Amino acid sequence: MQALYAQLLVGLINGSFYALLSLGLAVIFGMLNIINFAHGALYMMGAFCAYFLLSLTGIGYWWALLIAPIVVGIFGMILERTMLQWLAGLDHLYGLLLTFGIALIVQGVFQNYFGSSGLPYAIPDYPQIGEWRGLQGGMNLGFMFLPVYRGWVVIFSLVVCIATWYLIEKTRLGAYLRAATENPTLVRAFGINVPRMITLTYGLGVGLAALAGVLSAPINQVRPLMGADLIIVVFAVVVIGGMGSIMGSIITGFALGVIEGLTKYFYPEASNTVVFVLMVLVLLIKPTGLTGRAA
Amino acid sequence: MSALTDDTLPVTPRAMRDEMIVFAAMAVLLGLVPLTGIYPFFVMQALCFALLACAFNLLIGYGGLLSFGHAMFLGTAGYCTAHALKVWGVSPELGILVGIAGAAALSVVTGFISIRRQGIYFSMITLALSQLLYFIYLQAPFTHGEDGIQGIPQGYLFGIFNLAKPTVLYYVVLAGFLGGFLLIYRTINSPFGEVLKAIRENEPRAISLGYKTDQYKLLAFILSGTLAGFAGSLKVFVAQNASLTDVHWTMSGEIVLMTLVGGLGTVFGPVVGAFVIIAMQQYLAGFGQWVTVIQGVIFVACVLTFRRGVIGEIAHYFRRSL
Repeated sequence: MQALYAQLLVGLINGSFYALLSLGLAVIFGMLNIINFAHGALYMMGAFCAYFLLSLTGIGYWWALLIAPIVVGIFGMILERTMLQWLAGLDHLYGLLLTFGIALIVQGVFQNYFGSSGLPYAIPDYPQIGEWRGLQGGMNLGFMFLPVYRGWVVIFSLVVCIATWYLIEKTRLGAYLRAATENPTLVRAFGINVPRMITLTYGLGVGLAALAGVLSAPINQVRPLMGADLIIVVFAVVVIGGMGSIMGSIITGFALGVIEGLTKYFYPEASNTVVFVLMVLVLLIKPTGLTGRAA
Repeated sequence: MSALTDDTLPVTPRAMRDEMIVFAAMAVLLGLVPLTGIYPFFVMQALCFALLACAFNLLIGYGGLLSFGHAMFLGTAGYCTAHALKVWGVSPELGILVGIAGAAALSVVTGFISIRRQGIYFSMITLALSQLLYFIYLQAPFTHGEDGIQGIPQGYLFGIFNLAKPTVLYYVVLAGFLGGFLLIYRTINSPFGEVLKAIRENEPRAISLGYKTDQYKLLAFILSGTLAGFAGSLKVFVAQNASLTDVHWTMSGEIVLMTLVGGLGTVFGPVVGAFVIIAMQQYLAGFGQWVTVIQGVIFVACVLTFRRGVIGEIAHYFRRSL
C-alpha cells in the first residue's frame, strides 16, 4: 500500500503541474485566441530563473517563488508586445506556429549552454522552526511517509489555482477580462484598455507556467527540455478538459495526474501513454471534451 | 479561415500550363543531378522530405488542417518497411507496399479520431497521437527502441534494379517522388480537391450545400498520411535505418517548417522548402543546438513577415498560381 500512496502523491504533483499549465493555456487562449506552444519553454525558464537566482545571487527558494514568475512574466509580455500582437485577426494556426518557433529558440539556446543533463536544485532548509527544517524531511502520517516538499507543492498549487479562478470569475478585473474575451470591441468602447489587458493576461498565464517551473525545480531537476515533453501531455489534458472553463482545467489537470499515478502503480508500462489513451477515448465518446463548448 | 493561403487566383488553363512547365523543368533538373557530381545522398534525402512536405501540404494548404503529428506516418512506414526487409526478407517493392499499408492503416485510425475536432484542437490531437505512438515505439520490441532498425538490405527492385548502386537508387527515389507529386497535383485539381478547398474556406456552407465534410476531411487525411508513409518507405532505402527520430515531434515540426518556408497551399512550395531546410541542416550540422535556434528563428520570421513562403511570394509577384 505504501507504494500505491507514493504513486498517488507523485500523480497529484504531476497533476498540479498539469493544472497550473493548462490553466495558463486556457486563460491565454481565452484572450489571445492563441495556443501557446512556448508554454513548456517558459515553464523551463521559470525553473532556470530559480536556479540562476540561487547560484548567481544566492537568492533562495522563497524569493524565487515570487521573482521567477515576475521575470518570466515580463519576458512573456515583451514577446506579446513585439510579436504575438501582430497576429490578431489572422488564422489561429499562425499563433501556434509562432509560439512553436519561440519554444525552439528558447530551448535551443538553453540546450546550447547547459546540454541536456539536469542541474540540481535543493529543497529549501529554512525557515527553521522547532523541528521543521524548511521544506526538507518528511512526516509520518501513519499510513504513509509524506515528504514535506511534495505535500507543499500540491497544496500551494491548489491555492494558486483557486486564487486564479477567484481572480477571473469573482473580481471586477476578472469580469473585464471575461467581457473582453466575449466582445473586445464593445469593452474598448467602455474605455477599457483591451490591448494592455491582453498583454497582462499573457503575462499572467506565462507567470503561472514559470511558477510551476520553480515548484518542479527541486523535484525534477532543472533541464532545458523539461517542458518540451510536458507541454504535449498538457495539450492532451486541454483537449480532454476543453478550454472553456477555468475550474474545468484545474479539475481535469489534477484528475489526470492522479490517474497517471495510479497507472504507474498498476500497469507501469502504460504510465507514459495513459493520458493520450484517455484523450482518444474522450474524443470517441464525447468529441467536444468534458467541459466543452465546441471549438 | 481567411488569410491562411493566398490563392484567390482561379485555376485557369494558363495556371495549369504554368504549373506543368515548372513541373517539367523540375523533373529535368532533378534528372540531371547524378551527372553534376552533387552528392546524391543529400538530394535523395531532400526528395523524400519534399514528398513528405507535399503530402502534409495537401492537408494544411487545401484542407485547412494543420497536422502537428505527420512524423508518425513517416516513422511508422519506415519501421514497417525496415522490418519487412530485414526480418521477413521481402523484396523492395513488397517492403514499400508494407510500409504504405502500415501508414494507411494508421491514418485511417488517427484520422477518424482527430477530425472530430477542428482548428487548433486538431493540431493538438495529432501532436498527442504522434507522441502516444512515439512512446509505443520506444517500448515495442520490434523497433529496437533507442537503437532503431539498422543495416537494412536494399536489394533489387522488381528483381532488376540494384538499389545498392547510388545512381539506380537515385532514379528510383526520383520516380517515386515525381509519381507522388503528380498524384497530389491531380488530387488538388480534381472535384474532390475543389470540395476540400470549399471546406477550408467555409465549412458550414459546404455542409449546407450537402457535402458530408467529415468524409472529405477523413479521405484527405488518409491520402496525406498514406503518401507521407510512401515518403517514409523510400527514406528507408536511402538512410538504411529506421529510428525514433523519425517519429519524434521535432520531426513533425520540421515538416511544418519546410512547408511554411516554401509556401502553404502552393504546389511547388513544399519541394523548395524541403530542399532549403535539408541543405541548411547539412551545412550547419557542426553548430549543434544552434540549428534548433535557427529553425525557431525561421519559424518566427516566416510567420511575422513572410507568410506566403518563397514560392507564394514569387507567385504573388507574378500574379500566377504556382
